[in-house]
Amino acid sequence: MNDELKSIWLKFFNWVMGNGPRPENEVLPPEPPPDLPFTQKPHDKFSRFHEATLKERYNQWLEIHGLHIFSILYSALSILTCLVIVVLLLATVAELPPFGHERNPANNEVIRRYVEHGWHETGAQNIVAGLILDYRAFDTFGESSVLFTAAVSVLMILGNSRSSKKYKFKQLHVYRNDDTILRGVAVMAIPVILMMGCVVVINGHLSAGGGFAGGAILSTALILCANAYGFESVRRFFNERIFIVSSSTALMIYALSKGYSFFTGANQLHSIIPKGVVGNILSAGLILPLNICVGLIVAGTLYGFYALFSEGDI
Amino acid sequence: MLENLLLNHYEAAAVILSGIGLTNLLLQRNLIKKIIGLNIMDTAVYLFLAAKGYVAGRAAPILIEKAGGGWLTSSSIYVNPVPAGLVLTGIVVSVSVTAFSLALTLRLYEHYGTLNIDEALLKMTQEQEELEAKIEDAEEEVLA
Repeated sequence: MNDELKSIWLKFFNWVMGNGPRPENEVLPPEPPPDLPFTQKPHDKFSRFHEATLKERYNQWLEIHGLHIFSILYSALSILTCLVIVVLLLATVAELPPFGHERNPANNEVIRRYVEHGWHETGAQNIVAGLILDYRAFDTFGESSVLFTAAVSVLMILGNSRSSKKYKFKQLHVYRNDDTILRGVAVMAIPVILMMGCVVVINGHLSAGGGFAGGAILSTALILCANAYGFESVRRFFNERIFIVSSSTALMIYALSKGYSFFTGANQLHSIIPKGVVGNILSAGLILPLNICVGLIVAGTLYGFYALFSEGDI
Repeated sequence: MLENLLLNHYEAAAVILSGIGLTNLLLQRNLIKKIIGLNIMDTAVYLFLAAKGYVAGRAAPILIEKAGGGWLTSSSIYVNPVPAGLVLTGIVVSVSVTAFSLALTLRLYEHYGTLNIDEALLKMTQEQEELEAKIEDAEEEVLA
């Protein structure tokens, strides 16, 4: 019984994976000899030995129509699953506390602690910056590592254009080198975008923004430069080597400085990092350098994604 | 129940968006469209978190200066800052996953010339069969 079940499951598995016999490869059963003499023809209607058995006919039918029926079943089942999930979740949402109410369970004593004591414990005016770069700095370190790892993996997968295996898509891109309008706009826009990115990174502990947002703005300046002047001109000051070195250095600085801060804080030791006056640029202890590290990683990574997907090389 | 749904319409929209993304992920045979479905699900999560952090009538969690110096530090005038941090994590992970899967899709397209996952799997099976046949031939030669 168990063996039978196993063989049925194996057949089903092979059928699902598409390993089974295909109609064109199948050995057809030998046809009955066409010109039998009339007297030798089977006249008994119950002895249908020349016909396929029910199982064989079912298998034939399955091979012709199976994939079609499977796809219809698959679509119906997946739509049904999604509908069930959505209805269940909607029922849950209907039970949630009202939107935007101040007595919601999410606005509990954790929030009071962060808002009322965060500013003098971290020195940051922006409570979210103090939250993500001081209280939960290792979380942000993990995020930066994830981003860096993704960039390095994409570099590994796509960045082999220097080897003999040429990138097929490169010929599809035609870079116009005489686009006067784009270049004129780029000359005016790139300094402004760079300055904006630096302001958002450096003011991360004072206003909205921070390393991630500012790094994204910086990367748009690099992408605009690459589009207006070609990737070669960006490669003069930002190539693969500089990307790897700057990102790993920023990650190392982040890990070491925040490790020191956590070590002294957890052991009640005296930390040499001053908190400063809340509201000044040079305040909030480690948040400013950490924001700069994160901004470097994000800018390099996002530009790296763009360059790798369009050129196959940073 | 319906009143509650209307009251929580941001969360309801997030749930419906995530359902649309999941359906897209299951039904689309094109890999790029599958990745877009994944991104729709990510967006639904951001919407849900941002809606959970909102408190009506309160300011963004950046300290406001008092008129005579000092800071307003009462917790009753700022919204919840924790969902902002969580959404940041979500965005970073979603960008990384999207870039990685798009890179793999690009390589797959280079190799098989199709973005349809069924055709690619079919070609993969054929390739493997050819490879196995080659290995058998080589073994026979060695034995002979």
